[in-house]
Amino acid sequence: MSELTPPGSPPPATTPPAAPAAPAAPPARSVDELKRDPLVAAAVSRIDDAILGAKELVGEITLFIDRDRIVEVCRAFKDDGFVYLVDLAGVDYSKYPGHTGLRFSVAYTLYSFQKNARVRLRVWTDENGPVPSVTPVWKTANWHERETFDMLGITFSGHPNLERILMWEGFNGYPLRKDFPIRGIDTGARIYPEVFPEGGGPKPGSTGKPAADVNLYKGEWKRYGTWPAAQIGGGAKPAAPKPAPKPVAAATGAVAAPATVAPAPEAGAAPQADDDEEVN
Amino acid sequence: MFDVHEMEVNFGPQHPSTHGVLRVLLKIDGERIIDAKPIIGYLHRGTEKLFEHMAYPQCIPHTDRMDYVASATNNLGFVETVEKLMGISKSIPRRAQLMRVMLSELQRISSHLLWLATHAIDIGAMTPFFYTFREREQILDLFEEYCGARLTLNCMRIGGMPDDLPHGWLDDLEEFCGKFDAAIDEYESLLTTNRIWKRRTVGIGVLSPEEAIEWGITGPPLRGSGVEWDLRRAQPYECYPDLEFDVPTGINGDTYDRYLVRMVEMRQSNRILKQCIPLVKQTPAGDIKAKISKVIRPPEGEVYHSIESPKGEIGYYIVSDGKTQNAYRCHVRPPSFVNLQALPAMAKGHLVSDLVALIGTIDIVLGEVDR
Amino acid sequence: MNKALLTYLVWPVVKFLIAFVIVQLIVVAMTWIERRLLGFMQARLGPNRVGPWGLFQGIADPVKLLLKEDILPSSAEKIAYFLGPMLPLVPAFIVFTLIPYGPPPEFTVTRVNVGLLLILALTSTAVYGIILGGWASNNKYSLMGGLRSAAQMVSYEVPFGLSIVGVLMICGSLDLVTIVRYQEMNAWNFLPQIVACFIFFVSMNAENNRTPFDLPEAESELVAGFHTEYSGMKFAFFMLAEYSMMIVNSCLIVTLFFGGWTLAMFDLGITTSFLKGLGIFGGIIGAVILFAKVMVFMLVYVWFRATFPRFRFDQLMDLGWKWLIPLSLANIFVTGIFILAGQERLMYWIGLGTIGLTAFYLFKPRRVEPAAPAPQKVIHAS
Repeated sequence: MSELTPPGSPPPATTPPAAPAAPAAPPARSVDELKRDPLVAAAVSRIDDAILGAKELVGEITLFIDRDRIVEVCRAFKDDGFVYLVDLAGVDYSKYPGHTGLRFSVAYTLYSFQKNARVRLRVWTDENGPVPSVTPVWKTANWHERETFDMLGITFSGHPNLERILMWEGFNGYPLRKDFPIRGIDTGARIYPEVFPEGGGPKPGSTGKPAADVNLYKGEWKRYGTWPAAQIGGGAKPAAPKPAPKPVAAATGAVAAPATVAPAPEAGAAPQADDDEEVN
Repeated sequence: MFDVHEMEVNFGPQHPSTHGVLRVLLKIDGERIIDAKPIIGYLHRGTEKLFEHMAYPQCIPHTDRMDYVASATNNLGFVETVEKLMGISKSIPRRAQLMRVMLSELQRISSHLLWLATHAIDIGAMTPFFYTFREREQILDLFEEYCGARLTLNCMRIGGMPDDLPHGWLDDLEEFCGKFDAAIDEYESLLTTNRIWKRRTVGIGVLSPEEAIEWGITGPPLRGSGVEWDLRRAQPYECYPDLEFDVPTGINGDTYDRYLVRMVEMRQSNRILKQCIPLVKQTPAGDIKAKISKVIRPPEGEVYHSIESPKGEIGYYIVSDGKTQNAYRCHVRPPSFVNLQALPAMAKGHLVSDLVALIGTIDIVLGEVDR
Repeated sequence: MNKALLTYLVWPVVKFLIAFVIVQLIVVAMTWIERRLLGFMQARLGPNRVGPWGLFQGIADPVKLLLKEDILPSSAEKIAYFLGPMLPLVPAFIVFTLIPYGPPPEFTVTRVNVGLLLILALTSTAVYGIILGGWASNNKYSLMGGLRSAAQMVSYEVPFGLSIVGVLMICGSLDLVTIVRYQEMNAWNFLPQIVACFIFFVSMNAENNRTPFDLPEAESELVAGFHTEYSGMKFAFFMLAEYSMMIVNSCLIVTLFFGGWTLAMFDLGITTSFLKGLGIFGGIIGAVILFAKVMVFMLVYVWFRATFPRFRFDQLMDLGWKWLIPLSLANIFVTGIFILAGQERLMYWIGLGTIGLTAFYLFKPRRVEPAAPAPQKVIHAS
């Protein structure tokens, strides 16, 4: 406790610091200073104009990269010793407080064995704009990008095999998007097309019961602690009026780039929203 | 179109040696693998989505369920990431650090034991399975003694440990450590110099160091390829700088080298445990928590942190918006997921029997692959 | 009653039934012994719930299998699927009539002067059932198991047969009784034919699909190989055939190389004439000796199972074609030279020497090394 810097541990809990927020000892460096950091300077010098910004937190340098030039930048970093792509993660910033601009961010974490340090590259994108795939640079990016596509619907152009990896093909929605309800959506399309109409939701009568009764617990849900009463989806709005065009896009090919955001709300966007609030 | 000689076989998802619900779509010519395509996702539980909807401490039990045979290291990775984000990494009491190290190393041994058991039984040697479970049981007993759980430990907290060590735990640990080296000798006497074992593993699934890095492989498979890289050594966390251990590496990058690397790693983990015991005894009892507020609300920002799990580098990428008690986004970098990706490259040209050995040598846990 | 009828029909049938019952009892006992012994070797208990020390496990298992649902896969080839488990069982049972369990004529069911050939011919038909079952199941794993089994049996049938030739050359007969009588008068055949004995033992393991040659049913690769789709009593038939064949083969190796029902060499010890002198009890003693020797080999099977990993398919073929067949041919050649030179006794010393050297190699003190790979410098991809 003693050697800790004053703005360290106790305050953030009670009063979260403002935007800069970095408890790192040195004051936040400017973008130019970060670019000149010995860790990234050599690589940056080659692709300086592709770097849109930079920031640093707890000693981790993040560079914001022009989306269309990410492959070039990655290659430059790889040539500079960042041979190991540690991680590739997409983030949906649509509900991030105060966020404006493009919806998604893709973060590439690179590691250099010689320098024994990581650097993070980030690009901004949205549902429509494909991010150039870095699979030509690192083979390992293949599954990472597939996972990002699967979970968030970010498309990667030039990927050899961009299809769902964790969810099944034809799954109707992107689970890690912020508008996807945490309780999930009813969609069985593609697996049992004869039972489930494409677009999801059990067809009335397919199980011998009305759709509203399927999986619907009639009793009282017990409340534990401060959690909200659990609800089972599926009973509320079985009708699937509008998603008809969407699953076609999802079904015809994995690269359902344009506007596949919408299918989720059909399962009930409104209750999901207050779920989000209460759960926390 | 298929050649008449080719056959398509679904290897899994229900198969004795896919270690869970991995499905490999094999295209084989006789018994030779022409193409292998791993299909995953059968165990997908949306862990990352759940993380976004839970306060940070509530996430810890969910990390258990990812790599369910190495939950302590999963916990450790998560709590360290949050601590890094909060800037309290340095203020964890030494006793808590040592306890974390001990639990992780025990977990490493237990995970490697399970790997050895399944790997050996996949290749047809039945007996090591039972020998390793004998020791693994003792480790699980130690876990149970500490936190009450045997598999899903939930044994770490942000800022420290939940409880102090129970009375006599260190003595039990010491007894285990004293016996364990002889136990490894016993496993090795069954396998290491066994001619059949060598014929089944030497030269199978060779990965060059360059290839291994290209595929992002970490952990024992990377070291088996000859890259001396261990996060405990490269970017030491907790009190690993104070502890002596060697990082074993292989030469040929084949299944046999990966086997040897893991066997040596178990010995090294045991060595670390032996060093920890006197160090823990020097620290004041009960000093296991840093002084942090009850409500954990890290500052705004994003952070990536990773530790060396038994399978490789397990990393967490957390984006915090600074306003809520839960992560805005928590992405897991699971070692099994990344390592499994190299399976087709390793399996091509080998026989079906070798695929079994390869799945074993990558040491995947499907809970982690699918999350 | 007609004497011929008695000699050629009634007695053989009675004797066969007795032998059959005894062998089936051994099969039942074996399931228990194997699992208990495996348990002992693997630091666990093994079956210990049914009866004292789990003794009735061998009965409980068949009863359970009998009561289980007999599943017929909808896409299976029905007739072949039914034939699959029966085909290996029939030759296994017929072969029991050909093995001399004690001094003739009371303790041989039938004495055929080409008994050895007949046994070889019959045992090699067992593979048809396995292939048929594997194919008829209409399951890719079963098919692969069946094909593996076919390749394995065909390739190991050759060294299996060739290794016997040396014995025939020494004893000069295909009649098992004559071979045993020869052994008690001279030395047991494993001394002059130590190489053949080794080859016979290895190929007999492979013939029976036992570890380390259990590829056709490698549970970690092919789920359960040719019997993946079989359940209930059909599965039990496969198991019964496998264990029966184990006993048959153990009987064969004992008869061919280890003196059969006698405990005598150079006409010293418990010889056939000594047993005959004791009348029917002597015969029983002979049978007990035979089955005691058989049990030793059965336990070795179990020991192998606990110790070895499994061969890969191509390595199995390697071993068979590149090592065992040339070795057995060389053995025939060398044996022929010794016989021509009239130096058969010299072969005993060679056998003794081989055994001594092997024992020395096996039991010499050796260092257990951790076998850590040499540390290597960090390699970077760039």
